[in-house]
Amino acid sequence: MKTYLLPSLKLTAVLIIICSVLYPLLIAGIAKVAPGGGDGVTVSSHGRVVGYENIGQKFTEDKYFWGRPSAVDYNAAGSAGSNKGPSNPDYLATVQARIDTFLVHNPGIKKEQISADLVTASGSGLDPDISIQAAKVQVPRIAKIRNRNEQELYALIDKVKEAPLFGFLGPEKVNVLKLNIELNVK
Amino acid sequence: MNTELIGVVAMFTLTVLLAIPLGKYIAKVYVGEKTILDFLAPVERFIFRICGIDSTKEMNWKQHMIALLSINMLWFVYAFIMLLTQGSLFLNPDGNPSMTPDLSFNTAISFLVNCNLQHYSGETGLTYLTQLIVITFLQFVSAATGIAALVVVFNAMRDKVTDKLGNFFDIFTKTVTRILLPISIVLAVILVFNGSPASFEGKDTITTLQGDTVQVSRGPAAGMIAIKHLGTNGGGWFGANSAHPLENPNYLTNMVEMIAQVLIPIAMIFALGFYLRKKRLAWTIFGVMTVGMLTFLIPTMIAEINGNPAITQMGIDQNAGSMEGKEVRFGTPASAYWSIVTTIISTGSVNSMHDSSMPVSGTMQLLGMMTNAFYGGCGVGILNYYIFIIIAVFISGLMVGRTPEFLGRKIEAREMKIASIIALLHPLLILAGTALSSWTIVNHPDAAWAVKPANWLNNPGYHGFSEMLYEYTSSAANNGSGFEGLGDNNIFWNITTGIVLILSRFLPIIGPVAIAGILAKKKFIPESAGTLRTDTGTFGIMTYAVIMILAALAFFPALTLGPLAEYFSLY
Repeated sequence: MKTYLLPSLKLTAVLIIICSVLYPLLIAGIAKVAPGGGDGVTVSSHGRVVGYENIGQKFTEDKYFWGRPSAVDYNAAGSAGSNKGPSNPDYLATVQARIDTFLVHNPGIKKEQISADLVTASGSGLDPDISIQAAKVQVPRIAKIRNRNEQELYALIDKVKEAPLFGFLGPEKVNVLKLNIELNVK
Repeated sequence: MNTELIGVVAMFTLTVLLAIPLGKYIAKVYVGEKTILDFLAPVERFIFRICGIDSTKEMNWKQHMIALLSINMLWFVYAFIMLLTQGSLFLNPDGNPSMTPDLSFNTAISFLVNCNLQHYSGETGLTYLTQLIVITFLQFVSAATGIAALVVVFNAMRDKVTDKLGNFFDIFTKTVTRILLPISIVLAVILVFNGSPASFEGKDTITTLQGDTVQVSRGPAAGMIAIKHLGTNGGGWFGANSAHPLENPNYLTNMVEMIAQVLIPIAMIFALGFYLRKKRLAWTIFGVMTVGMLTFLIPTMIAEINGNPAITQMGIDQNAGSMEGKEVRFGTPASAYWSIVTTIISTGSVNSMHDSSMPVSGTMQLLGMMTNAFYGGCGVGILNYYIFIIIAVFISGLMVGRTPEFLGRKIEAREMKIASIIALLHPLLILAGTALSSWTIVNHPDAAWAVKPANWLNNPGYHGFSEMLYEYTSSAANNGSGFEGLGDNNIFWNITTGIVLILSRFLPIIGPVAIAGILAKKKFIPESAGTLRTDTGTFGIMTYAVIMILAALAFFPALTLGPLAEYFSLY
């Protein structure tokens, strides 16, 4: 064992320099020319930085599209899912309460129209997206409060929504923050 | 939903298409044939010179293991001390504290053994310094350690009688410079151009559109995320791992990370074929492993796409499947696929929260780790599978009345004893651990630990039991994923899983290497009409049956108490 200790020690030092110093510095350097410069990509509204493109935000006011429930209340200082099991009675009661709350805020909507992503917490607690159906079901509420034409809002969703990758891989979705920024434009 | 299923098929197809040429390249690296990265040779010679290593000096299997264990021991001490003192060191813009001794112990071991069980959250539990010089470093070298051990076994499987099995430091170093580092750079560049952070800026504070003030954690994450997958490590930069939108920003990065984590395990199978010139054997192994993967994947896909029956009863639209703990940008099929691949190959990174998976999926994720032989982690996957080949050869030999032989060597009592011990160690560690924790909860619910046993479980009933079973299974399989609701950052879990981690890493490396080393010194018997062929479909089915029957016998009772009972309570 002694024969191997000194070479091992030296090799460890060399590999720390390569893998933990040079490699991250190289990637940080390359990231300077990437969108956001390696600091994360931000988005602005009316000249003010209002958040990160990929990080979801909490929307509780009726005039905005809501995102998904979050186990960390959308504070990206941390990240976590609820870790509730599918048969947990407390968890199922929470989901039922979210459905009831949604129906109160969205009169005229039937519960079959509520997409499950609106009442279940995401894995990261920071999910920036909702499904198209989850956005559409909120249109009547927002149109009424903002005094706008529903068709116009459906068109807005179509404009902001993101197609599957290359048109055929993965789900269709809409970024809630971007949608709400567009909503505020007018 | 169709585009989501196509996404899954595309991910698997692309993985195999990339793994075949990579396997050929890997074989060339270890044979010493010309490759496109030969310009690195002077760099490697320079490393060997300043480290005082004679890379041409061949070692026998024991010397290999002593070298491997020596360098691993150094890494453990180094990592433990760094984590214990990180709070008072530099590169800590968020002002995160040092780890407690028990958490340092657990974390140092966990990353040393390629498991990456995390009893902390990256945002608050580590500093940028330790993320890089401890975590990222260990993610490189632990993967290289596993691959190096496998290459020793490759060397032993050649047709000549020898105890000279290459030089450990040579194989190990080339694994880092020729395979892990170059591919990681490519992956990290893809990640930064899709929005993963890579700079050294600390937390940002922003006022949201609605007017709330929140913080956003960042850091030099992209490089670590690359090797975390390529090296089948799985430990996340952020707490939510690859469900986090900065760690896995979109469907493209999800595909890239998914392919990256299973690329080397599959490529190593083909590398075996090229290295030993036994392509049929490689394809047989690949076939069995793929069937094994599908055995777990198909039920999981069906369960997740159909959604939670308790939520269906509430009358809402669950067309997108079970969305609790999942991200909209990946959807249920890609999350289900990830959850199975990550558990069979010992990566343990997650893009959805396994604790919230359907009971069938939970069973399949557990079985993925309990069998621990389909594709498997970097290097160690095939080492585990090698044990099952030995057992299958022996049983088949008994059944047809032939001397058990594998690749021209007789399997005798000594090799069988080693193989049996290694095969039984895995269920022993899992079941004993789960029994101990269950006993502790019942008999000492108020023990004064950081988290009282009474508060360990995040879910009541059967699912709570599954959380404990999952934790030990993940430790024993060196996987690292979790039913993360478990309150595991306390002395009980940190120490017990730490011990399971060490045993289940190094014994299953030493065992197969010892068997291969012993076999390599035995007389080589050329193939004849009386030889039991190991590269046929029949033998593949035999191996598959051995793996599945051993897992079923060992784990069926435990699974019945956990996810299976939950299934029957829910449907």
